[in-house]
Amino acid sequence: MDALDLSRIQFALNISFHILFPSITIALCWILFYFKLRFNLSGQQVWMRAYRFWVKIFALSFALGVVSGITMSFQFGTNWPGFMETVGNIAGPLLGYEVLTAFFLEATFLGIMLFGFNRVPNAVHTLATLIVAVGTTLSAFWILALNSWMQTPAGHEIRDGVVYAKDWMEIIFNPSFPYRFTHMLIASGLTASFFVAGISAYRLLKGDKKHAPRLALKTAVMAAAILTPLQIYVGDAHGLNSFEHQPAKIAAVEAVWHTEQGAPLLLFALPNEKEKRNDYAVSVPKMASLILTHDSNGTILGLNEFEGLHPPVMATFWSFRIMVGVGLLMLALSWIGALLILRKRHFPRWLLKAYVAATFSGWLATLAGWYVSEVGRQPWLVTGILKTKDAVTTVPSAHIALSLTAYALVYVVLLAAYLHTLRLMARRAVDVEEYEQQDISPQPASGSRLQAPGSKHALAHASNKNQTKLMNTAKTELN
Amino acid sequence: MDAYTLPIVFVGLMGLAILVYAILDGYDLGVGILLPLGDQHSDERDRMIASIGPFWDANETWLVLAVGLLLIAFPLAHSEILHHFYLPVAVMLIALILRGVAFDFRAKAAIAHQSLWDRCFKFGSLLTALSQGYMLGLYIVGFSYDIKSQLFAVLSATGVCAAYSYIGAAWLLYKTQGQLQQQARRWARLAGRFCLAGVLLVSLTNPLVNQDVFQRWFDFPEALYMLPVPLLCFALFAYNEKLLRNKTVLADSHCWRPLLSCALIFLLCFSGIAYSFFPYIVPGKLDIWQAASAPESLRFILYGAVVVVPCILLYTVYAYWVFRGKASDLKYY
Repeated sequence: MDALDLSRIQFALNISFHILFPSITIALCWILFYFKLRFNLSGQQVWMRAYRFWVKIFALSFALGVVSGITMSFQFGTNWPGFMETVGNIAGPLLGYEVLTAFFLEATFLGIMLFGFNRVPNAVHTLATLIVAVGTTLSAFWILALNSWMQTPAGHEIRDGVVYAKDWMEIIFNPSFPYRFTHMLIASGLTASFFVAGISAYRLLKGDKKHAPRLALKTAVMAAAILTPLQIYVGDAHGLNSFEHQPAKIAAVEAVWHTEQGAPLLLFALPNEKEKRNDYAVSVPKMASLILTHDSNGTILGLNEFEGLHPPVMATFWSFRIMVGVGLLMLALSWIGALLILRKRHFPRWLLKAYVAATFSGWLATLAGWYVSEVGRQPWLVTGILKTKDAVTTVPSAHIALSLTAYALVYVVLLAAYLHTLRLMARRAVDVEEYEQQDISPQPASGSRLQAPGSKHALAHASNKNQTKLMNTAKTELN
Repeated sequence: MDAYTLPIVFVGLMGLAILVYAILDGYDLGVGILLPLGDQHSDERDRMIASIGPFWDANETWLVLAVGLLLIAFPLAHSEILHHFYLPVAVMLIALILRGVAFDFRAKAAIAHQSLWDRCFKFGSLLTALSQGYMLGLYIVGFSYDIKSQLFAVLSATGVCAAYSYIGAAWLLYKTQGQLQQQARRWARLAGRFCLAGVLLVSLTNPLVNQDVFQRWFDFPEALYMLPVPLLCFALFAYNEKLLRNKTVLADSHCWRPLLSCALIFLLCFSGIAYSFFPYIVPGKLDIWQAASAPESLRFILYGAVVVVPCILLYTVYAYWVFRGKASDLKYY
């Protein structure tokens, strides 16, 4: 294999591994902030227990995201020098703003979020959680601005083969950015929701009688039930946007070989790139045209219009179907759960098992979605400006093969360790006793304004100092 | 600001990022390198790791900023330098990955696996320091690959390891107490000697292998202005040694001094290297104006940097203030 193929595989490997973790942490931090807010408002310790369990998982996922992200920041230079040489004037500042406005914010306040509970006032700890959540979201903002610009460039001019910035607002808010950014944020919301639901369900199945995992499960299921239909709506809008700006991608997604009016929606097919047709096709007549043009006889440009300049069809076609398929499963699972919650019924065991099975469904959908986006952009690295093959390094391919092997090994080990550790943490949490009575009941020295255990406003009235003291007790008992 | 001053501003910013990185991640890598010396049968190792717990993540971010600034402001140099550093960068990244995750895994893994993650942490830290030192060495000799240069790069690698251990031990002396703190004092003295040897060696070799560098340091009268840099540096080494010889350094009122002098030594060494090469960013090949991005791009990021960098410094100071004092009572939850 040559440097191009190896570099592409390496980049795909790195970014696929990396995105697993931000797709959890972006939204998980907002969930943590929600737990913390609920605790502040109600004073119920159970919210803090949910927070403490999930903040550990957050920290682990975040660390994996950070280290694999550092790798990403070097890849541009080591493997894709042509990228920075051609569009560095655009990509550089956007990446720079990500580091400046997001990375430091997250990394610094994460320390306070994790270790600072006893050292700062409760309000500052809550604020630190909020700041980390804002940081992760800002990070997504900048990186998606760059990615979207690569898909649908705008606001620039080209002089002597080098791209120069003309209008930064147009560059950041390029045509596909609002759709891709929203789509990714909701994707993270769904990934984190199913992640939280799955691990909580696992704890319940293992005989965890505590209140915290049930509460987390409910929160996650309700969030997923709201987010899934929203995601379907946004995803559709995103597709229409691609149809307008990246027709070759859509032609590959729908496997339309020749420009067609009233194109069918393929439910199943094996796109045959050699013969330029679809084998074993199962389709709904006129549906693709209806979805994309809102007219059953609308025209869809076929791959024949982009000879030599369209993405590989099989990968794009199937990634899209996997994404949509997982999305529909998510819809079913979350709505069943939400209905049960609204009717105040218990979750049956089979549903809990289904949630456990769907713990990482978000990963599958997110990866598949990104493959549609990134494979669907080929052969372009920056649409219409720079081809992937023109950006690659001249480093000997043996070196790339070596680094690729090393990364692959490390990532396999890390992923195994991550999954193993998650399981271990869930199991340990099952065994930990909960001291309901002690950690809410007033202690002799800690003031008389605390009310009866479990009272809704018990801690809300207590001074910060008392609150911290109580939480210390709870903490030592939990650890 | 025009196309002449912008690259200067950015190379300054990048220098700041590299320097802050070397000092901050230097001490936490150093603690990682020293970890095997910690007593296995007490909680010493846990305390060593606890001392860097809330900080390491933000410390590493300075590396991302430094390489980010190189990429933003000097894309041509970025590709050129990383092309030469392909393999050492891969080694460093893998080491950084192992080290970063080991931190979290060791706290959460089954007891049986903890020593494995400890090992990842040690070797990750060591390998990171070695590969960074190796790259520094290669950079100084202008990416040459003959035996002499390689030997120099290897020496530089051990030198950087010693420097990180030095500041790491100084950090432990500042953040811990009891038995561990006394140990740290011994480690600091030992590492200090290696570090001094490394600095001497690099400072002597650098002008010898590099004609331009030689002229810069030995041309009068300019060389006189720079003379205080090496003099001060060696004075600090001596001052530190004097401090560390005496047990009073362990007192709360004194324990921060070795750390501060280590940081100043880093500052002086860094300015020495910067003076040797400025305005070249790829030694002998590309200067900062040739490698710079378009002024409109630099201006756009500068507006942000002027607002954001002071904020970063402020909240970094705040985080250090929150976690002030000895590290033994740091609790992870």
